[in-house]
Order: sequence, then C-alpha cells, then structure tokens
Amino acid sequence: MDNFLEKLFKKEKKSANTAKERLKLVLIHDRTDITPGQLENLKNELIDVISKYIKIEPNKVKINMTQEGNEHRLIADIPITPSQNRRR
Amino acid sequence: MSAKVVTISSGKGGVGKTTTTANLAVALAQENQKVVCIDGDIGLRNLDVILGLENRIVYDLVDVVEGRCRIRQAMIRDKRLPDLFLIPAAQTRDKSAVSPSDMIRLCEEIRDEMDWIIIDSPAGIERGFRNALAPADMVIVVTNPEVSSVRDADRIIGLVEAEEKGPAQLILNRVNLALTKRGDMLSTEDVLELLAINLIGVIPEDESVIVASNRGQPVTFANNSRAGQAFRNIAKRLLGEEVPFMNLETNHGLINRLAKLMKIRGD
Repeated sequence: MDNFLEKLFKKEKKSANTAKERLKLVLIHDRTDITPGQLENLKNELIDVISKYIKIEPNKVKINMTQEGNEHRLIADIPITPSQNRRR
Repeated sequence: MSAKVVTISSGKGGVGKTTTTANLAVALAQENQKVVCIDGDIGLRNLDVILGLENRIVYDLVDVVEGRCRIRQAMIRDKRLPDLFLIPAAQTRDKSAVSPSDMIRLCEEIRDEMDWIIIDSPAGIERGFRNALAPADMVIVVTNPEVSSVRDADRIIGLVEAEEKGPAQLILNRVNLALTKRGDMLSTEDVLELLAINLIGVIPEDESVIVASNRGQPVTFANNSRAGQAFRNIAKRLLGEEVPFMNLETNHGLINRLAKLMKIRGD
C-alpha cells in the first residue's frame, strides 16, 4: 500500500541520483574494506558493549559511514532508553 | 629535454583509454611537442589500429625488452605528424613478458629526446597496470559517468595514491548532456564529488570518435569535432595553459550554426 501511494504521489527518483547514492555507499565500503555484513557485526558488538553501561534502544541504533571529500567518518546514532527514575 | 611520463588508466575496460591516449598524443604533437605513446596492453594491442599505424609495425615492446632490437627501431614515426611516435605492444605474448623495471628503464632511455611519453595502460589492476604505472610522473584516470566505471576509477585512484604516484587527474569521457539534463546520467559535479579528484578534461559523447577509429584517424585531426576540441584543450592544460571547460551544449542553435559557418569556435 505504501508503495502504491508512493508511486501515485511521488515522481520516480531520477536514475542519476539513484546512481550517485548507490555509488556513495559502494565507494565507502570499497575504500574502507568493510562489507555491509561486517558493519552489521560491528553494530551488534557496539550495542552489547554500550548496554553494559547504559540502557539503550538496540532497534534504533544506526551506524553509518559518511564521506566529505577525502574524509571518511563512522557515525553512530545510539538513542538512550528514557530513564524511569527521573524526577518529575 | 626530459619527457614527462603520463600513464592513462581506468581499471574498467572500454571507457576510452586507448582513444584518449591516441588523441592526447596527437593533440600534443600538434602543439609541436615530441611525443611517443606506448601500448601497454601486451597480448591485446589496439593503440596501433586507433592511430592507423597497424601496417607499419616491425618490432614491438617485447622485442625491445628482450633485446631483439634497439628502442629506436621499435618507434614508428607517424607520417601525419613527424613528432609523433608509437611503440606498439606485442600481440602474441602476455603481460608477464615485461616487468615494471623494464618499463622504467625503457622510459629513461628515450626520455632525453622526447617531451611526452604517454602510456596506454591495459584494463585491470594486475601486472599490465603495474607495468604502466611504474614509470609514471603523472596518472590520468579515464572514466565514464556510469556506476561501474566510476567505481573502478576509485580503485585505481586509491592504488595510484598507494604507489605515491598521485594525485591522479580525471578525464570524464563520453558525457551525454541530454541524458545528464534529464537526470539520467551522473553529472561532472556528481563524479567529482564521488571521486574527490582534480578534473583535467570532459569529453562529450561524439559519433565522430567511432568514424575516426574506423578510419584510423584520431578525431583530434578533425577540426570540427567537439571531442577533438576537448582533447586539444586537455593537451593545452597539460602544457600549463589555462583553458576553460567546454560548454557541452549541442550546437544546433541558429547562432551556433552561424558561428560555425563563420568558423568562429564557440568553445
């Protein structure tokens, strides 16, 4: 249904943009020699380690690699579970 | 005189390395430079046919390396441009017949009497590419605005850096402006952003390149070809001139046609 609505209301993305987005990811993986699978493992281990100290929401953790010019960054977005004993 | 060694590479096959080598060699020779181009694709030689010199081969690169002839004997002089030479690849051998140090030695031997040595690298990242890279003072990477060649170009750029031969320069070949405008082809800006590399030329897709290769007359010999003009611009940039990048708009407009009639070049 989502897909249908998307098709109905949104113009299909230009193929050059799709190519660029795909290449961005592929090049980052090529350059760092890390496969998407390894990145997934890294994420899971990271969740384990952090969970020892802070309560986090494992399903919402995002790990991404970004590129700006020649600089690459590993960016982790790790939402912390709202604390129960917070004073109101 | 000490020649600058320029290696033309791409990783992926079929993006226009040989065409680029031939046309840059012609364009530089037209600027009164002494140029020798070397076909590095042993076993799959093609620079000879693109230059239209296939009938004049007596000795080849492997003959020189194995001592069957002197390097001067393997240099075919182009009759159209007396300062242009070709050292052809061997057709019946493979890449292992030549080593990177052979290539360095060979370039040293002719360096003093040339302005430019242009090496056409084979596709791939193995021995043939290593041979072509070893003597390079400068590496030009050729790519098309298309996912697989951009990806391979990125690999080559990385390998060139690792060998401390960088930074490589980029030629974006076979650009189709109509497709780019429609959003169906990566733009020059897209490719530069992805590869983070310096651009030295943009070659429009041009049917006359095919006609030129049919005839063995590189397109740079023709005055009215846009691709040829783009190659001449790159040669000028190699010589240190600042040449603005061509406007790739197709010249179907009335004014452009009139300009063409009056032999005023819009580029």
